[in-house]
Amino acid sequence: MTTSPAVEIVHLAHRYGEREAIHDLSFSILEREIFAILGPNGSGKTTLFRVLSTLIPLQQGEVRILGRDLRREDFAIRGQLGVVFQSPSIDKKLTVMENVVHHGRLYGLGGRELRARADEMLARLGLADRRKELVEQLSGGLRRRVELATGMLHRPRLLLLDEPSTGLDPGARSDLWQYLEQVRDSDGVTVVLTTHLLEEAQRADRIAIMHQGQLSALNTPTALQASVGGDAITIRTNDAGSLAADIERTLGASTRIVDGSVRLEQTNGQDWIPRLVNAFPDRIESITLGKPTLEDVFIHFTGHRFWSEAPSDGETTKRGRKKKH
Amino acid sequence: MSTSVRSDSLVVSPWPVVGTLCSRELVRFFRQKNRVFGALGQPIIFWLLFSAGLGKARVEGSTNLDYAHFFPGTLVMILLFTAIFATISIIEDRREGFLQGVLVAPIPRWSMVLGKVLGGATIAMLQGIMFLALGGLASALGWYPVISTSAAGLLAALVLMFVVSLALTGLGFLIAWRMDSTQGFHAIMSVFLLPMWLLSGAFFPMDVGGLLGWIIRINPLTYGVAGLRHYLQNVDVPSTHLPSPAICWLVSVLFACVTLTACWWIAGKRTTGDLL
Repeated sequence: MTTSPAVEIVHLAHRYGEREAIHDLSFSILEREIFAILGPNGSGKTTLFRVLSTLIPLQQGEVRILGRDLRREDFAIRGQLGVVFQSPSIDKKLTVMENVVHHGRLYGLGGRELRARADEMLARLGLADRRKELVEQLSGGLRRRVELATGMLHRPRLLLLDEPSTGLDPGARSDLWQYLEQVRDSDGVTVVLTTHLLEEAQRADRIAIMHQGQLSALNTPTALQASVGGDAITIRTNDAGSLAADIERTLGASTRIVDGSVRLEQTNGQDWIPRLVNAFPDRIESITLGKPTLEDVFIHFTGHRFWSEAPSDGETTKRGRKKKH
Repeated sequence: MSTSVRSDSLVVSPWPVVGTLCSRELVRFFRQKNRVFGALGQPIIFWLLFSAGLGKARVEGSTNLDYAHFFPGTLVMILLFTAIFATISIIEDRREGFLQGVLVAPIPRWSMVLGKVLGGATIAMLQGIMFLALGGLASALGWYPVISTSAAGLLAALVLMFVVSLALTGLGFLIAWRMDSTQGFHAIMSVFLLPMWLLSGAFFPMDVGGLLGWIIRINPLTYGVAGLRHYLQNVDVPSTHLPSPAICWLVSVLFACVTLTACWWIAGKRTTGDLL
């Protein structure tokens, strides 16, 4: 397994008019990894996806994809990319097979090779008996599978997916991940996806957490959770400000206030619960203890709750805004 | 199952791309039966109504506003409507997401433009030929002599129809490319495209004077309508104020070249606005 980067991003910045959607972003994605770009709406992840997929031009900074310069060799890069958009790029008025064939021609496939490849991809995604059905008659999960079939049709080296599990039920979501793992393991493809679902990012090899157009953290899910430093304790109270100050003064623990609650990250969290309750018996409405989740990781690195972002401050598009979970 | 990954750089020949995008337009068109009906039905109704109504209100010394007068204009209206409705679909393509898949494919933008325009022009031609057949039938049955031409005249008319279809589809593409809703397109249709048709010699005779006459003369569509009048109805040039066939060809071909070049230019600019 090689470890040369499939994608190198150096000081990338992108603006929509006055608004800066991505600010000085630098990181690398290794070959043959499933890499999740996690962030709430408005974090800049969709803009990043659009830059990587060559849909919008590179404004500032450098990006190399599969060893090629995105600014100068975008045409050569395109042939090696498989792109799965959030809003389907397949034609609803066409059948499954017609869509796959059209897509193949856009990537230079034709004749017997195209037929063979189309059959192979449809079989692989369990669509073989649906080939003559119109896409508009398919369920959301099946449509996404058609998208995946077209995305991998021309044997790309890098598969880019924007919010791939939006609108999928849990079963279809699980199928999607099995497929992505298969693509990585047996085809040797690098998979890069954006997501706003914390539990989904958990399945990736590495996660980049984006917040307000910047990279907040990048590591494996396990390492990110370990970096929180023990257990997460959340205290609901009337006056978070004074309680946090008192906890820091009397117990010497560092705290932070998130959405009106006091949060502590401590090893041996179970020992801290009685200490806190005994020290401030009248001021604690409820207290919870949990192993750190990716949400805790997000709070740890950004100081914000994952869903407390105002969705309008980021990349709003006229296409449907994602539902908050 | 293949496990190999393409490592070579992909070379995509643009012509199959043009072909596949063009055939997609045709498949989509024929799957939407109301489009087929609307693009052909409305002009036929207009033709019958205008001819029946205005034919009686003949002005002394002016052209006879009868079925024959309105036939070439109606034919151009069919080309116009069909071409325009075909290009409106670029707005849907963009909104529904199909276009983004095309935009990130390793193909030159002109192949996308040409695929779309050729598809629209082909649909327009098919509808135009159906209307021509209707006119031929009306003439052959002795019901009304709307077409009187030779085989060569008919062939010239078909080629000219195709040139006009390309020009109009290109015009539709230009208008639709930066537009984010079909409602906006309908507004353009009412204030620009329909007047353009009305002032192309299709509706009013060419010999009206004054400002109206000037607008008719600078309207490139006028020369398509006039050319079709020449070839389909064996019109005697000096007596009808029609431009000569050579001028009709020149202007129509130029019209097509200008709109297609403009399409290629506007679609070739890769901007954030591609997403709208």
